[in-house]
Amino acid sequence: MSRLAYIGLAIAAVFIMAAIFAPWIATQDVTVQDLAARYASPSREHWFGTDGLGRDVFSRVVFGARISLQVGISVVLVSSIIGTMIGSVAGFYGGLVDKFLSGYVFNVFLAFPGLLLAIALVAFLGAGQGKLILALCVIGWVGYARVMRGQVLKVREYDYVLAARALGAGNMRILTTHIMPNAIQPLIVQASLGMAGAVLSEASLSFLGLGIPPPAPSWGTMIEEARQFFSNSPHVLFFPGGAIALTVLAFNFIGDGLREYLDPKQRSR
Amino acid sequence: MKYRIVNFLRHLALMLLVIWTVVTLVTFLMEIVPGDPATVILGETATQEQIENFRQKHGLDRPAFFFSYSRENGFIWNGSDNRYADYWIGLLHGDLGNSFRTDRPVRDMIFERYPATIKLAVAAMLVAIGIALPLGVLAGSRKNSLIDNFASVFALLGISLPTFVIGPFLVYIFAVQLGWFSPTGSFYPEDIVLPAVTLGAALSAILTRMIRSSVIEELGEDYVRTARAKGVSERKVLFKHVLKNGLIPVVTILGLQLGVLLAGAIITEKIFNWQGLGLLLLEDGIGKRDYRLVQGCVLVISVTYIVANSLTDLVYRKLDPRIRLS
Repeated sequence: MSRLAYIGLAIAAVFIMAAIFAPWIATQDVTVQDLAARYASPSREHWFGTDGLGRDVFSRVVFGARISLQVGISVVLVSSIIGTMIGSVAGFYGGLVDKFLSGYVFNVFLAFPGLLLAIALVAFLGAGQGKLILALCVIGWVGYARVMRGQVLKVREYDYVLAARALGAGNMRILTTHIMPNAIQPLIVQASLGMAGAVLSEASLSFLGLGIPPPAPSWGTMIEEARQFFSNSPHVLFFPGGAIALTVLAFNFIGDGLREYLDPKQRSR
Repeated sequence: MKYRIVNFLRHLALMLLVIWTVVTLVTFLMEIVPGDPATVILGETATQEQIENFRQKHGLDRPAFFFSYSRENGFIWNGSDNRYADYWIGLLHGDLGNSFRTDRPVRDMIFERYPATIKLAVAAMLVAIGIALPLGVLAGSRKNSLIDNFASVFALLGISLPTFVIGPFLVYIFAVQLGWFSPTGSFYPEDIVLPAVTLGAALSAILTRMIRSSVIEELGEDYVRTARAKGVSERKVLFKHVLKNGLIPVVTILGLQLGVLLAGAIITEKIFNWQGLGLLLLEDGIGKRDYRLVQGCVLVISVTYIVANSLTDLVYRKLDPRIRLS
């Protein structure tokens, strides 16, 4: 894998560790307000300073990693499972099933601006982590389904599939034990890039006030809260903004690196 | 010719299917919103009579779809006297219904704000092209040079930094510190600069990457070697031969991104208080729970996105004969 992919892995590992061990890493309670210390600059006591309610920004950024990664992992897991199943069915059965799924359903979902659909869903369903995950899965699954369909279309023509069929294996067995394990590789790339997309979408929706409601320390909400007084206290925006950028960058690096690694044509260049 | 007509009809059919899905989905979502819109708009203190008047005025007293389901009665066929059919009849007459809050036609509210969003999206696109074209061409023609590395870093930052991080930083530097622009609003012509740069940043990053790799790929083609062998100057090779072919995929991305910009403008409009469609959707629609307005905004943005994508595909086919032949 490329050097950038390893850098991405290292950054992602830091954020994953921060998310897992957040209660031990955070120096203060994320909800405790100290109005006497509003917008305090970074110091020994408050490493990243404090926000408009005197809450410790470092601790909130650390716990924010937990929210971002929870949402990201949930969205990637659910979307990839749904996408894999639907994509496999479309690719394996072909014919009318494929025409309906890839010709209509996939195209309809791809024809929407993803963020707008998520905004519409959350606007009607209401804010909250569960609903946000649901909205992001609704827009996310089709990417996996499309990749999986293409892979299954390719793999189902291989000789070993024909051999399995000649030995009397049923459709379900061929699909689950012979085709899917051999078609799943590009999904890993998609999952990594999808993780970056999910983290960004969660932050965007929270920034718009449609994601995780306050006082939960979502990075997007933190930026929205910091925006008004940003000119006097840039640190309130700098740290959560940096955390989002680094996380997105890390997963993009990993995705690009994996793509390069899995595609021999790109590797040889 | 026959292929062109079939392709056009295919696009048209898909567009209509998508529009049908948008309308159905948004109407369905309106139905599953917790609570009665009448109570939400009029407040808890509204009298029963006020609530009934409101429901009657906006057709909320009638069934939502052609059929309804309840545990007690099971499936009931409601016939064509339903809100979904009404909305479609209205749409075919260019009517998007009336706002729950202001009682004004949603169409008028949207078209008052729509030009501002289009202006912002087009300005963002021009900013993106203005940055990406020279940077991408320079990076591609001087692979692994300093400018190429700079372009790579720029592209990475542009892709990773969300608009709601770039926007406030631009405000801090150019409005607060340097005082060149006003931090928010859309009153003066120069007010568009910061929102356009914010919205166009990610696109400029994507385009820079694309133009760079496109130029590198084209420079390795046989026709470039032939042109060079014939003694054509390097500048002419680059601008007359390479760019002509290399920019074809870029046109596609531009068309596809116009729709993305229109949807992404929602965040930029919020940052800069830009009085466009996104802000209308967020503040007047979602913020005030005016679901009729939300329905109209989502529909108009989606349709613009779909139309932009379809037109791009048609233009792309026109530009690149290889696509037409295949």
